[in-house]
Amino acid sequence: MKLTRGEKWFSGFNYVLLSLTALAALYPFLYVLSASISSPEQVVRGNVLLFPKDVTFTAYRTVLAEKGIWLGYANTIFYTLFGTMVSLMLTILGAYSLSKKRLFGVTVINFIIAFTMWINMSGAAGMIPYYLNLRDLGLLNSRFGIIIAFAITTFNVFLLRTFFTTVPDSLEEAARVDGANDWSIMWRIYIPLSVPALITVGLFYAVGRWNAYFWSMVLLTDQSKIPLQVLLKKMIVEMNVNSMLDNGGPVDIAKETIIYATIIVAILPMVLVYPYIQRFFVQGMMVGSIKE
Amino acid sequence: MLRQIRRDYLLYLFLIPFLLWYALFIFKPMYGLQIAFKDFLLFRGIAESPWVGLEHFKVFLESPYFTRVLVNTLVLSLYSLLFAFPIPIVLALLMNEAKNIIFRRTVQTFTYLPHFISVVIVAGIATNFLAPNNGVINFIIDKLGGSKVYFLTVPEYFRSIFVLTFDIWKEAGFSSIVYFAALSGINPQLYEAAVIDGANKGRQMWHITLPGILPTIMILLIMKVGHIMDVSYEAIILLYQPVTYETADVISTYTYRAGLQEGHYDLATAVGLFNAVIAFILVIGANKLSKKFTNTGLW
Repeated sequence: MKLTRGEKWFSGFNYVLLSLTALAALYPFLYVLSASISSPEQVVRGNVLLFPKDVTFTAYRTVLAEKGIWLGYANTIFYTLFGTMVSLMLTILGAYSLSKKRLFGVTVINFIIAFTMWINMSGAAGMIPYYLNLRDLGLLNSRFGIIIAFAITTFNVFLLRTFFTTVPDSLEEAARVDGANDWSIMWRIYIPLSVPALITVGLFYAVGRWNAYFWSMVLLTDQSKIPLQVLLKKMIVEMNVNSMLDNGGPVDIAKETIIYATIIVAILPMVLVYPYIQRFFVQGMMVGSIKE
Repeated sequence: MLRQIRRDYLLYLFLIPFLLWYALFIFKPMYGLQIAFKDFLLFRGIAESPWVGLEHFKVFLESPYFTRVLVNTLVLSLYSLLFAFPIPIVLALLMNEAKNIIFRRTVQTFTYLPHFISVVIVAGIATNFLAPNNGVINFIIDKLGGSKVYFLTVPEYFRSIFVLTFDIWKEAGFSSIVYFAALSGINPQLYEAAVIDGANKGRQMWHITLPGILPTIMILLIMKVGHIMDVSYEAIILLYQPVTYETADVISTYTYRAGLQEGHYDLATAVGLFNAVIAFILVIGANKLSKKFTNTGLW
C-alpha cells in the first residue's frame, strides 16, 4: 500500500506528537530524579531543568537514615500483603458462588451487590456513617480494621465472576461424576484455570492498597501504624520535612532535594514492577469494559 | 427449592463470609445514614438520638457553603468533561495510526505509568513543581522573563491545575486503553474495502474509525455524566487551601471537613446524602439517555 504525500506528512506529525506526549508523561519523573541527585544549591537556583547538576547522593543518605520511612514502608508492605490475601479470599468465595446460575437466589444477590456499586459507602455519600460504623465496631486505630474494612471491591467481584463463567460447564460436570464437591471443583478446576484472572484481580487490590491513604489517615492515630502514603502526605505535600527528620542538621536548603529523593524512594518499587504488571491491568480494563 | 439448597449448600457456605462483609461494611453504615435526619448524640448512639426531620438539610441549604460547594462540584466536573474526556480518545486514535509496534508500546508504557502512582505522590509532585520559590514551573517562567506566581494560592488556577494533574496527566493514558481496544476491534476488511473504493485516510477515519468507537465513547460519556457528583475529594484535599476554597471546595470535601475534622456528624451526613441523591438522579437519567441513543444501558 502506497502512502500519499499527505499521509506521509500525517504519519510523521503523528510520531512527533506521540513522542511529545510520552515525554510530557515522563518529564515530571525525570525532573524529580535529576533534582534528587543534584546539589541543593543548583536546584534552588533553578539550574536544574532536565539534567542533574553537581551530582550528589546526600539527600538519599538523609532520607534512608530516616527510621520513619522504613517503618512506613514496613506498614505498607504489611497492609498490601495481608490486605490482598484477605481481599482475594473473600472475592474468590463470593465470585465463585455468584457465577453459578443454578444457585437459588443468585439473581437477587447479584442485583443487591451490583446496587452497592452505585452507593459508594466509603466514598462521599457514606463517609460519616462509614466512619461511625468502624468506631462502633472498635476498628479505629486498628491494623485489622484497615485490612478488613476495605477488603472487597465490587468491581473486582464481577470481574472474577465473568472469568469464572467462561470456564466450560462440561469440566464441572465431569468432576461431579467423579464425586467431587463444590469445594474441590473450585480449587482443582476453576482456580487453576483462572490464574491470569486471579493475578489481575490480586494486582488491582494490591496496587489499590499500596497507594491508599485517605482512610489510613482518618483511622490510624498511632504513628507506628501509618503506611508510607500517610507519611508522604506530611513530608512531600505539606512539605513538612523538618518534623520528620529528627537528626537535625541544615535541612533548610537541602529540603528541596530531600523531598525529591523521598519521592524517588517512594515510587521506586512501583516503577520497577510496573513493566511486569502493566499487561494484567490492560487486560483487566478490557474485560471490565466489555462486561457489566 | 429445598433440594436445590441442599445440593448447593457448599456454595451458600462460601457466600457467608462474603455476604457478612457486605452486611457489616456496606449495609450497616447505610442504616447509619439516618443520622442525617437526627440530632446525633455520640453517647446515645444512632438509634437513640432524637429525630429532627429535615433540619440539617435546611441548615445546609441556607448556609453560604451550599451554593459554593454545589457550583464548585458541577464546574469542576464540567471542566473535567470538557478538557479531560476527549484526550484519551484522541490519544487512542493517534496510537492506532502509529504502525510501528515498538514505538507504540513505548508510548503506551510511558503514558500509562502515572496511573500507577498514588494521589499523594502526584499531589506532592504538583505542589513542589508549582511552589513559588523553588518550583520548576516558576524557574521556567523566570527564565522566560515572567514573574513568579504562587499558583496554589490563586483560586482562578485551581480547577485547571486539578484537571491537568489528576484527570489528564495521571489518567489520560490509562483511560485510552478502552478506546484503543475498541479501535483494534474494528474489522480490517472495512479499511481494505474503503481503500479499493478510493477513500483517503480522512474519509476512512470519518466513515469507519469514528463509527467503530462511537458506542464506546457514548457509554463512557454517559458513565462520566452519571458520576458528575463524584469528584475526587481524596485528591482535592491534598491540593486545596483555605485561600482557594472559593473554587476548590466541593460537596465531598465539605462533608469531610464538617464531619471528620469538625465533628458535625449529622450535618455532614445530610450533606453527603444530598450529594448521593443528586448523583442517583443523574445516574438514572444518564442510563435512560444511554438506552435511548445507544441501545445499551448500564443495567
